[in-house]
Amino acid sequence: MIKIRIIDPDGNEYETQTDVGGNLMTVATDNLIPGIDAECGGACSCATCHVYINDPKQLQLLGEKSDVEHMLLDYLDTKRENSRLACQVNLTDKQDGLVVHVAPQT
Amino acid sequence: MAPSPIVAIGASHASVQLATSLRQAGYSGDIVIVGAEPHLPYNRPPLSKTLLTQQISFDKTLLRQQSFYGKHNIQLKLGARVKSISRECSQVTLDSGETISYSKLVIATGADPIVLNLPGEQLEGIGYLRNYDDTQSLMPYIKEGKSAVVVGGGYIGLETAAALCKAGMVVTVLEGMERVLQRVTSPEISAFYTKAHVTRGVNIVTNAQAIEFVGRHRVEAVKCSNGESYPADMVVIGVGVRPNTALATDAGLNVDNGINIDEFGRTNDPDIFAIGDCTNFPCHFTNTRIRLESVPNAVEQAKSAAAYICGKELPYQALPWFWSDQYDLKLQIAGINTGFDDIVILGNMEDEQVSAWYFAGDRLLAVDAINSTKDFIKAKQLLSEGQSISKQALKQQ
Ligand SMILES: Cc1cc2nc3c(=O)[nH]c(=O)nc-3n(C[C@H](O)[C@H](O)[C@H](O)COP(=O)(O)OP(=O)(O)OC[C@H]3O[C@@H](n4cnc5c(N)ncnc54)[C@H](O)[C@@H]3O)c2cc1C
Ligand code: FES
Repeated sequence: MIKIRIIDPDGNEYETQTDVGGNLMTVATDNLIPGIDAECGGACSCATCHVYINDPKQLQLLGEKSDVEHMLLDYLDTKRENSRLACQVNLTDKQDGLVVHVAPQT
Repeated sequence: MAPSPIVAIGASHASVQLATSLRQAGYSGDIVIVGAEPHLPYNRPPLSKTLLTQQISFDKTLLRQQSFYGKHNIQLKLGARVKSISRECSQVTLDSGETISYSKLVIATGADPIVLNLPGEQLEGIGYLRNYDDTQSLMPYIKEGKSAVVVGGGYIGLETAAALCKAGMVVTVLEGMERVLQRVTSPEISAFYTKAHVTRGVNIVTNAQAIEFVGRHRVEAVKCSNGESYPADMVVIGVGVRPNTALATDAGLNVDNGINIDEFGRTNDPDIFAIGDCTNFPCHFTNTRIRLESVPNAVEQAKSAAAYICGKELPYQALPWFWSDQYDLKLQIAGINTGFDDIVILGNMEDEQVSAWYFAGDRLLAVDAINSTKDFIKAKQLLSEGQSISKQALKQQ
């Protein structure tokens, strides 16, 4: 089990626990976090699972983005350097303590 | 006595979002979801993309983990079908005879494939593709080097063809109309997809209606209106869907190519809502009543209905959008192109990176973007804000 803290666009905080092996989008939807609609179910097509990882170290630990994730994020108004699509973030032990901010919906 | 629960009929994209939005809005009463399929609610789009050919496991397609439902007090009644709705008693009756009372009822029964009923359709190896169980019955027939015929060249048919081709099958698509995707896209994009499939080895035959399936026990060939016969070790039929409206019709709700709802998901009974593929709704963008078969549509309608039930008005005004994955071609569609009179094509058909911008007069209606996510996002933003873009500006990009 690892712990992940998720902060929704309105600033509400959620402490979640999850098994490793899943992805961040699933953790958010299973915990009713607003702002993560995940309409495409993780097919990297919709960008309705957009989050920010503010801690540079934690961001780095998530690894590189795929080309498709890059493309989808690149053209969003709300994109930042630390943007990720939650469905593309796989969770391992290294993500224990991860802090995630949900991006505002466009 | 505790107030009756909110009951949703159908356990899929629409009702799972409904339950999610109800809980997010703070509704703390009971929620019961009755679903005819025996499985936990799952993502349907992968059925024709990655699931049929076992590139992902069923677990990975679940809409929510099993624990989600218990944790948020959402009761799932799976493998249970609602037989009738009694508006007088505010209750539904299941196939088993069990009755459930509702405070609000939400119909999310989706759609079922149109059945061809052709001679020989009962032969082994022939199937439709709507449910997880459908993929399970088709899977044993997917074998490298064997022949597959896909009847219907819509998005689901073409996705299936791509998946079977990738699995090493010899694939033929039979399309009854002049071109594939005729109902949903322009001749240019139809031509693009025809070429993309042909290049990858799929045989596409248009103006070709299947008229008979031939074989002893198992299907062996498909006879066609053009006089030809196509060998087939398996057949997948995808010729469109019909909204599941029988329950609503029997209950005297207004139905016209889908259950009639307004922008809040309301039917003509104040206690009954309908959401998702089974509905017919006033589209904010086309200014007409339409029916859509897409996940974003089901999700947005569910949000509107949940908000309304919780006393908040959140009319459904989100831009319709859709996606389709075939081979390495990622199509994303923003808007609805019905009624377009002009089209601007950007990019390069040869490189398989194209976008088609549909206009009615000077007004942008929709964009089909193939491996062109940038154009999709841009169009989605423009259209969502009710803006257009001049054809001149587009062409100069
Ligand atoms: C192969 C395939 C590929 C697709 N690809 C895409 C795609 O790429 N992108 C996209 O946006 N959309 C796609 N779609 C469409 C998308 O899956 C639907 O729009 C979506 O599933 C609609 O959700 P829904 O909840 O309204 O209905 P459904 O998903 O159809 O669910 C309705 C459920 O209600 C149940 N039900 C019906 N009657 C009763 C009853 N009387 N009692 C109890 N239960 C009942 C049914 O068994 C079913 O499980 C695809 C669909 C298919 C079949
Ligand atoms: S869920 Fe659609 S891109 Fe992540």
